[in-house]
Amino acid sequence: MIPELGHFALALAVALATAQAVIPLWGARARDPRLIAAAPALALGQLIALAASYAALVWCAVTDDFTVLNIVDNSNSLKPLIYKITGTWGNHEGSILLWCLILALCGGAVATFGRNLPSALRARVIGVLGFVSAGFLMFALTESNPFLRVWPPPLDGQDMNPLLQDPGLAIHPPVLYAGYVGFAIPFAFAIAALLEGRVDAAWGRWVRPWTLASWCMLTGGIALGSWWAYYELGWGGYWFWDPVENASLLPWLTGTALLHSAIVVEKREALKTWTILLAIGTFSLSLSGTFLVRSGILNSVHSFANDPARGVFILGLLAIVIGGSLVLFAWRAPVLAPSGLFAPISREGALVLNNILLCSIAAVVLTGTTYPLFADLLFGVKISVGPPYFQSTVLPLAAPVFAAMTVAPLLPWKRARLGPALIRLWWAMVAAAVVGVVAALGLRRGLPALAFAASAWLIVGAFAELVERTRLFRVSLRTSFSRLAGQPLAVWGSSIAHAGMGVTIAGIAGMSLAISTIVAVKPGTTVPLAGYEFKPLMTMHPSRRAFTTQRTTVTDAAIHTNGFADIYTVLGEEHDGEAVLRLHYNPLAPWIWFGALVMAVGGGLSLADRRLRVGAPAKRSLAVPA
Amino acid sequence: MTDRTLNRRLVLLAPLGIAAAGGIGFWAMLDRMRDGTFDPRGVPSMLVGKQLPEFSLPGQPPSAGFSRADVLAAGRPVLINFFASWCVPCVVEAPLLMKLREQDTPIWGIAYKDKPDATAAFLKRNGDPYARVARDEPGRVAIDFGVYGVPESYLVDRTGIVRWRWAGPLSEDIVAQQLDPLLRKFA
Repeated sequence: MIPELGHFALALAVALATAQAVIPLWGARARDPRLIAAAPALALGQLIALAASYAALVWCAVTDDFTVLNIVDNSNSLKPLIYKITGTWGNHEGSILLWCLILALCGGAVATFGRNLPSALRARVIGVLGFVSAGFLMFALTESNPFLRVWPPPLDGQDMNPLLQDPGLAIHPPVLYAGYVGFAIPFAFAIAALLEGRVDAAWGRWVRPWTLASWCMLTGGIALGSWWAYYELGWGGYWFWDPVENASLLPWLTGTALLHSAIVVEKREALKTWTILLAIGTFSLSLSGTFLVRSGILNSVHSFANDPARGVFILGLLAIVIGGSLVLFAWRAPVLAPSGLFAPISREGALVLNNILLCSIAAVVLTGTTYPLFADLLFGVKISVGPPYFQSTVLPLAAPVFAAMTVAPLLPWKRARLGPALIRLWWAMVAAAVVGVVAALGLRRGLPALAFAASAWLIVGAFAELVERTRLFRVSLRTSFSRLAGQPLAVWGSSIAHAGMGVTIAGIAGMSLAISTIVAVKPGTTVPLAGYEFKPLMTMHPSRRAFTTQRTTVTDAAIHTNGFADIYTVLGEEHDGEAVLRLHYNPLAPWIWFGALVMAVGGGLSLADRRLRVGAPAKRSLAVPA
Repeated sequence: MTDRTLNRRLVLLAPLGIAAAGGIGFWAMLDRMRDGTFDPRGVPSMLVGKQLPEFSLPGQPPSAGFSRADVLAAGRPVLINFFASWCVPCVVEAPLLMKLREQDTPIWGIAYKDKPDATAAFLKRNGDPYARVARDEPGRVAIDFGVYGVPESYLVDRTGIVRWRWAGPLSEDIVAQQLDPLLRKFA
């Protein structure tokens, strides 16, 4: 009964999403206020139907309904309750349904919080979201239906991949998907703007908070995934340039660029066409990443059910959504009148530099990820592109980003001079130089020392704008403090996010200094590493867990951290009373994820700024239909 | 339309062109994956379609060793299977090899980087499907074959040409879909 209700709710959601796509878009075109006014209700209706459908799936998992194929394949009556719930998105069908649910949530959010938007623009945004929803819900209903039944029902299920039975990974997909799917909102705004033929400062202001929110989620999602790989897989690394990881990095890079170019649209009404393209591109990369991973094309350690037939359906959907929006872009973008001229050295110029560099990094990563596939397809050669390619190409492009991101906030709009800005950063330069020299002398290695210098430059320099705004040491300390308290949260947010990047870089630089050893140990012997004496059976608990249903053991790394370094141990198989133990000393490793957390918190602070708040009074409150 | 607006139009069409090229490429990959002519995960063997490399290996008692000449002398297709006692997938594969032996498929085993006692114990525990078992303790012959890991199987026809290679444990499906037709073809 419950699976049928879920199935029915899913079908209802498809119908409502189709209505959500057609009615508001048609209404906005025909300027029919009644059709325009229907948009929010349709979006909320689709959300409710889909939430009911997802709840039915969770119910089936929790009550061990083994008449449902999806539950048989991925669950087991012995599985802990929490993993029964999180297991609903740990497989292909369920994850697609979750993806659609989050997209419906985006539609619901625009319907609820977008009251201050011009009603025609809101209707178009909701309509575009409905269009995307309808396509992917149709896919869920016809090609990857999680409610299919089996008869006769088996006694018990086959259980979930043990690697996925982990708290970090349980919350990872919803956060990551929220990041991916959240970019559907800027995408919908971009399409709506192309349809209306108008992009102005108000548009930039409306798009930014949605972009920022999904950017925070994506940052958190990527960090969680990398953290999981670090402690659960036991490989001693945190980023492998694996296609699935790159698929999440690409929209992050272009999304970061979008976040910054939207500022230029809002403040200066420049870079409009480019910002629209970035919004389309970011969501396109999110879509392609999420779905191509599932088609089995990308060769990855992260395996998903591979089914080329499903892949063709998805590719068709992608062609409609991405191809359609790019056709619209090519056709309508010339309508957007460029305005807001600026000199190369200016705040706008710095943000353009940021965009060029971030997009170049994205292009380089995209090339490295897809080149082996196309080389195989076109020339029949098998090659693999590994970390050395990515490290040697991304690093030279990332270095100028780090150099510029501290200076840019100090440059005035329109026209600026580099000299005064650099002079005001003298203390950040001193900090970077001191850290760099000390690190170079201590480590006797060039690249990590440079990275530490860059990290100091970012962390110290990130607060230059705040210091500047409080006029520290130029007025009395008390005045400075009261000015500090009065600073808008957005300024705090961007400073903290930039500093977070610095923290992450320090972590990455630290990890490059990691040392490790592999030893066969007997109880009672000691192993020296990095000034520690390792004695088996001390307080570390690396584990190999045996899973009864799938008969596999999972290697969990035991990690002892003091906040500045991790001691990381992995236990191998035991043989003749000896166990193989891999010991790593990873200096500053926790900083990698702490930095990402700081970045996300910075973004969140910015989001809380009253000026950016979704639904804050807009400059232009009346809609002028195009 | 002036040159400038035409140029601008072309620039604005560029993203569509890139996306379309990518899309067509991915479509071609999916299409060829379905009929099995494109496998992004597979690493092809350089040996397929070529003569077996020259080798001569000592035997695992009581079996005598074998060389390339012995494989040619068999006069029928031979499945050469690299295995090791320390390899878990080999244990998984063992029952299927026993079944193949019952169907009278000649399987010649090469114990890869394994100690004689351990190999003997493995064959005693999991059954011995091999017509002959040779030893490649240094793993040199495996390098000539381009062995990727154990287990790995090579089908050699009666003229000594390698016709097929499978890296990893064989399964019922692979035997039914790939190996059996080839065995019939070259028998």
